[in-house]
Amino acid sequence: MDRVPILKLGDLLLVSIQVDLDDQTVLALKEDLAEVVVARGARGVIIDISVVEIVDSFTGRMLATIAEMCRLLDAHAVVVGMRPAVAITLVELGLSLGGVRTALNLERGVALLDHVRGAAP
Amino acid sequence: MPDGTSRVPSGETLSDHADVERRLGELLRTHEEQVIRHWTESVSARRDELAELYRAVLRAVEEGGRDLADLRGLLAELSRSRARAGYSPAETSKAVFGLKGALYEIVVTHADDEVLRGFIRFARLIDDLGLFTFEAYAEAREKIIMDQAEQLLELSTPVVKLWDGIVAVPLIGTLDSARTQVVMEKLLETLVETGAEHAVIDITGVPAVDTQVAQHLLKTVFAARLMGAECVISGIRPQIAHTIVTLGIEFGDIVTKTSLADALAHAFRRSGVQVSGGPATRVTVRAEQA
Repeated sequence: MDRVPILKLGDLLLVSIQVDLDDQTVLALKEDLAEVVVARGARGVIIDISVVEIVDSFTGRMLATIAEMCRLLDAHAVVVGMRPAVAITLVELGLSLGGVRTALNLERGVALLDHVRGAAP
Repeated sequence: MPDGTSRVPSGETLSDHADVERRLGELLRTHEEQVIRHWTESVSARRDELAELYRAVLRAVEEGGRDLADLRGLLAELSRSRARAGYSPAETSKAVFGLKGALYEIVVTHADDEVLRGFIRFARLIDDLGLFTFEAYAEAREKIIMDQAEQLLELSTPVVKLWDGIVAVPLIGTLDSARTQVVMEKLLETLVETGAEHAVIDITGVPAVDTQVAQHLLKTVFAARLMGAECVISGIRPQIAHTIVTLGIEFGDIVTKTSLADALAHAFRRSGVQVSGGPATRVTVRAEQA
């Protein structure tokens, strides 16, 4: 089973998903991420899915779950770099990921997190 | 397509049939010049076109009318070129039917049973061919219509850049799911290409909004949101606002504006662009560094 690496960048965590997401990988990522957020005291999590081409409803739901989980651990999560095809698929599946922050790319994601933390320190 | 020409009518044997075809083939070959002349005189078509067609018909008759692929190709080409030249499909098929009349003048001078029987079979072949030109015409038309519909789809969904980081999609005409799909894909691709964070969907040109159209609009907005861009819907006319409320469509927290100008002002505010001075004065715009 592939494991998704979680990189530390200041008080941010960067999760760059470079593999096809199957259910096990996503579940493992969720658990790993929760542990790392607590261990490092991270305040922000950026999930980069710019190379992910295929998502299913489970993965979509898990993205929402991960974001919600990060919020409970006092870290803001941003999903960045979603491809048009993926966005269309998720909307067609009825998943609009209401509570998830999104950004066009990594740079914008970092800026968004800075802005969010600036507004509510 | 049923091939009426290779059927053997009841009461005739195969050898009869071959004999008739042979006689007819001979007749067509010996009187080629004369028939073509009669034919050209009786219909409005170019002589070279008819001569070429005549030779193809002659070949088909001599081969017993079994392989009509060449002849069909020729007729389809003729039908297309004549349609382009402004002839109606009826005129084209009449031109083909004219061959019967032209040949009849020869047949009456050689009146014997076999030739007459051959002529009847031949007339049947010509009927098929005439109808085939009609079919080819309709097919060519269908293709043109399909192509145009596709072009229209492309044409009617431009994504325009209003400002750095602000794009707009002016929608004109009725929205259906095929069009929404194209709009959605184009908009999202533009967001990726330009890195725009604000999109304005202008529905001034959409004549009516029903639940389905609204659903399509909402989907587009949500998809853009998933990619990290904010959508504003503008150009909602009073009538449409009334319809949306009556239908109970929930737009939720989606920002809606009455005009494209309002939507642009909103996008300016959100992206920190300040416009100084009111309308009719010189406008200077300063982008604030975030």
